[in-house]
Amino acid sequence: MNRALAPVLAAIARVAVLLAVTLGLLVVLLVTSGYDAGEAMQAMVRGAAGSWYAVTSATLVRAIPLALAGLAVAIAFRAGLLNIGAEGQLLAGAAGAAAVATLAGKTPGAYMLPLVLLAGVVAGGAWAGIASWLRQRFGVLEVISTIMLNFVALNAVGWLVRGPLQEPTRIYPQTEALVPSLQLPVLLSGSRLHLGVVLAVVLAFVMWWWMRATAGGFRLRAVGMNADAAAVSGRINVARVSLFAFLASGALAGLAGAVELTGVTYALYESLSPGYGYTAIAVALLARLHPLGVLGTAVLFGALQAGGNAMQRDAGVPIALVNVVEAVLILLVIAADRLQDVRTRRSITRTDDAAPSLPGNAVSVPS
Amino acid sequence: MMVPLEDFLAAAVRTATPLAFAALGECVTERSGVINIGLEGSIICGALAATIVAGGVGVTGGFAAGAAAGLIVTLIFALFTVYLRADQIITGTAITLLSLGFTGLVYKAFYGATGVGLTIPTIGAVDIPLLSNIPLLGRALFSQPVVTYALYAIVPIMTWWFWRTHTGLALRAVGESPDAALAAGVRPRLVQLLAVLFGGAFAGIAGATLVLAQSGTFVENMSAGKGFIAIAIVVLGRWTPLGVTGAALLFGGASALQYLFQSLGWSNVPYQLFLALPYVLTLVVLARASGRSAAPAALARRKLTLG
Repeated sequence: MNRALAPVLAAIARVAVLLAVTLGLLVVLLVTSGYDAGEAMQAMVRGAAGSWYAVTSATLVRAIPLALAGLAVAIAFRAGLLNIGAEGQLLAGAAGAAAVATLAGKTPGAYMLPLVLLAGVVAGGAWAGIASWLRQRFGVLEVISTIMLNFVALNAVGWLVRGPLQEPTRIYPQTEALVPSLQLPVLLSGSRLHLGVVLAVVLAFVMWWWMRATAGGFRLRAVGMNADAAAVSGRINVARVSLFAFLASGALAGLAGAVELTGVTYALYESLSPGYGYTAIAVALLARLHPLGVLGTAVLFGALQAGGNAMQRDAGVPIALVNVVEAVLILLVIAADRLQDVRTRRSITRTDDAAPSLPGNAVSVPS
Repeated sequence: MMVPLEDFLAAAVRTATPLAFAALGECVTERSGVINIGLEGSIICGALAATIVAGGVGVTGGFAAGAAAGLIVTLIFALFTVYLRADQIITGTAITLLSLGFTGLVYKAFYGATGVGLTIPTIGAVDIPLLSNIPLLGRALFSQPVVTYALYAIVPIMTWWFWRTHTGLALRAVGESPDAALAAGVRPRLVQLLAVLFGGAFAGIAGATLVLAQSGTFVENMSAGKGFIAIAIVVLGRWTPLGVTGAALLFGGASALQYLFQSLGWSNVPYQLFLALPYVLTLVVLARASGRSAAPAALARRKLTLG
């Protein structure tokens, strides 16, 4: 009984610490930048969790793309690939979905909505595939290539919504609004919570199961922990595992874009994503790359974004404050991991810095 | 035809200047075995610090503030990577995100939500007599702000420093083989710390240049990936000061192409194509240059030495 409860209690403890640190950081930042912390925090809590509508339609709606993109980052990082390009892959996915939706015309059949989502998956995967190809064929560091591809994707969307995909009146830089049959159904009437939340939860569980219970998941983790060891074992094709991880990562981020398009914005435009792909890095790292943990941290960051918007609107605090909190949380996780690492190792062997140099071990990964 | 080409070359050198500063700094950092992906953060913080200080104290103070801000940002990076030996790439990414958010916050705190009415003194171009009259290249090379001229001195000095001095040798030794450097009496962590801080200060100057010699204003996210482009420039320049400067010029040219095409009247080409060009060029260049690499052997290595 106690043994079964232990991981649950540990998780609860971790969430409590995370929440306390996040709120503490917020207050410290608010006070040091001279805002009325009481007023701002009230706006924050009200915007994120003040009402049933705030929870479902602000926090959870923002948590959906964060969770999907967070899973995208997590699967890549688990394989030792530092895919910083979730933002670009998300935009590529939204653009692919919007293109298919435009082709579908005014009266699309019921089968078109899945096809629109699939287009997002394929476009996101293809966008990540470029970075994978550059890495495997030419040895280009994926951190740089994925960031460059983010900028290219943003400019490509900027061109699409002023060119081939622009709405018929040619006034606004965006696509025509989706017809209702191409919009994701709303789950709870009177809210904006759409079917995407089910997709995110199901995919998180599928990924969790796949990572721990299948041979493919084992290979992916093995490559992430030590690619050289995986290669010399003779049973793992490292290049193939890396390609798969990259494509899966891009596909998930692309789905995030397609779901945001069909569930929230209903049209493609340049500022479709307020940096979901970058926040997703914090979401994944804070969850220690655990798929189920990603669901939790996505809700936390969804609440931060929703509350941050309310804070900006009601208390005049720039939303950038929330981005600072996110970045500091990443740094704290890195520092905590390293300090723990060094201490454990000192107590065992008394030798310093025997850490392996692979990026997959950048954060300690639970197996 | 002549005039657009001259304008284009002048714009290329102007655009290349901040890239060259950031890339030369990163060149020193990488020579010590550390890759600072957080360069972007130093650039944007340098730009904002320069904006704030230059308004009150003038442009020289602005450049100093930019360098200081870039240095402070990399101090955090150095603490994590040189001393905690945390992963350089993840730390650098976090530093970039932190800086972009932080500058957005401070900018709004200083200038309100809109930033309307923000005017900053800028440094104009200084014509060098006679030389600036050389056809075609004269204006590009000898009618530029003083920061560009500073590069003409920095590049040879840095080359000499790398290859002809003991400290330059120590720097390169730490990047190639920290163990050997330690055995020879060099302190690898100290060298890496100083190299990282040097790179941060130069990135801060790059940010200050963006504001004080080019745009004359601060815009959120105005660094727009220049830190990452600078890292690609270092790869293309094969970790030598002269090569890095040449590579920076190539990227300056790619960014300046939009001006050339505007003046040629090619308005039917979508402008997003030109905006995307430097990023695409980065990918192409890295693909060409990454394979036969001259990178320092211990680059991005977490395990330093036994000591």
